[in-house]
Amino acid sequence: MPQGDYLGMTLTVLDLDQENLAYFQHCADHDFHLQRCVDPECDLLRYPPGTACPWCSSREMVWVPVDARGTVHSYGEVHHAIQPAFRERAPYMILLVELDTQAGEPTEHEALRVAGNLVDADGNFAGPELVKQVGIGSRMRMVFADVADGLSLPQWTLDEDAEQPEAPWRYPQEVNGV
Amino acid sequence: MTTDIDATAGKYLRDKYAIIGVGETTYTRGSGMTTRALGTWAIKNAMDDAGIPASEIDGMMSYSGNDSTASPMLAGDLGIRLNFYMDVQGGGSSSEALIGLAIGAIEAGMCETVVVFRSMNGYSQVRIGGTGARASVPVGGDALHAAAYGWFSAGQNFSPTFMRHMYDYGTTPEQVAMVKVIHSEHASNNPKAYYKQRVTVEDVVNSRMICKPLHLLDCCVETDNATALIVTSVDKAYDYKQLPARILGVAGRVCKPRIDMHFQHGPISTVAGYYIKDLIYRNAGVGPEDIQCTGAYDAFTFTSMLQLEDYGFCKKGEGGDYVSSGIMRLGGERPNNTSGGHLCEGYTHGMNMIIENVRQLRGEVDCYCPKDENDKRIHSYNYAPPEEGGGCRQVPNLEITQNLGWAMPGTGSSLIMRKG
Repeated sequence: MPQGDYLGMTLTVLDLDQENLAYFQHCADHDFHLQRCVDPECDLLRYPPGTACPWCSSREMVWVPVDARGTVHSYGEVHHAIQPAFRERAPYMILLVELDTQAGEPTEHEALRVAGNLVDADGNFAGPELVKQVGIGSRMRMVFADVADGLSLPQWTLDEDAEQPEAPWRYPQEVNGV
Repeated sequence: MTTDIDATAGKYLRDKYAIIGVGETTYTRGSGMTTRALGTWAIKNAMDDAGIPASEIDGMMSYSGNDSTASPMLAGDLGIRLNFYMDVQGGGSSSEALIGLAIGAIEAGMCETVVVFRSMNGYSQVRIGGTGARASVPVGGDALHAAAYGWFSAGQNFSPTFMRHMYDYGTTPEQVAMVKVIHSEHASNNPKAYYKQRVTVEDVVNSRMICKPLHLLDCCVETDNATALIVTSVDKAYDYKQLPARILGVAGRVCKPRIDMHFQHGPISTVAGYYIKDLIYRNAGVGPEDIQCTGAYDAFTFTSMLQLEDYGFCKKGEGGDYVSSGIMRLGGERPNNTSGGHLCEGYTHGMNMIIENVRQLRGEVDCYCPKDENDKRIHSYNYAPPEEGGGCRQVPNLEITQNLGWAMPGTGSSLIMRKG
């Protein structure tokens, strides 16, 4: 059973939770995978891991590698942390990153929007200077925070190789320097 | 046999059931009593309000997040023998859903008159904001996709939805702050409200940032309280003390697709109201233009705005204009949460907003206006604060109200009532 300490929190995946086991094992391999429906009429990826295809109800699927880059679709910026693990890290960002893969499918408003925090290229929680640079429209790439054997968390950092918007959209009021 | 069909039955049981009694405890932080004691207090107040004896109640329903006491305990305390009870898991938007289920239970012949209650020590026991013991539990399984990122409390969970609305439509913090400003005006005329102080837009946007885009004053209050209401059929409803609030329609816990991660589906600034409106207005036989007073759930300032917009009270994207226009104010065209709601009166997972609308429909809102010798309120319709000679919060000539219950962006319920 993958279990480890992360920022002082205990994170666990149960042995019978096959979907999350596979998802986080691929993350531990630093090789992002998602489930793809094997019905040839459907063939869609899905996130987060689940037990059937939300587009066609098929239970048959295969794990496939997915290019883990995308654009910040929305975010929250936590200034008053609730969980003790995050108190020293506030203000921290919760990012919803829309993957380039399958954006706008199966309808124009659908996409794979993968959650994560804003971290630096080494996987450390972003400080205020970095937080200030990120908003809706920012181009991101995935990095992994290793927690235990078979369990790493996907996180997001600015994609150094991508063209960034001149000014990503940020909440209009600056607070606590960000 | 066709002769068994009652051709006079309204569609979707429209107008066949009513709320005949409402009651609550005081709204406190630190009740110093169990949810069992709070629950019996609220139910007894609702029974006294209706003038109904224990012997004429035979159903009970409640909802909780394992932070309440089950129906049979409260019924036993109050001498109510149950033909039916059900205690379900649920938070916001459960109240409207349970009213619908109570109608179903009565219609099925399972019982005749149902109490629906919610009892919670939302401040002193299981804190609704998510702080305290709840925040320190290990994280596993599906929660790894959210809580492991410090994406845990209601405000944190909803923030990408709120933020995206600002991005998509240019909604400003000052527009949204008006929800709190207006609800605080209403609360100042509510002797029961936990926060009675009127606040300004500046107060809201200068209050401490909790989680962008939510300042402290964009968030509801955490309180300890119980609330209760009594549902029965219209043919019995007029046997009791109060003018019944007749139920025109209900929709319960309607969901966007894939609510465990609704951010995958559709515009993420669209909320469940988008789907609810097609059910509730069909069921009730009225449209948003007929609604004179709303109870749009205000766990946060944004939740009222997003719902009003997706139900069609304004065009999509114009929620910021709607909530800042003054239309929601007492004296405006369609007041919202005249009790002060969750932002000011107290946090009850939606029950207090229904209770308020029931009293509004009776014309008997419990404001600072005096009563006559027959115990009827003499309303001044002066909505200024009591110290300036106002203190009223009764909506005049009220016929139809709507409650817009919220669980999360992806789930909600609704209830439309008319004056009996």
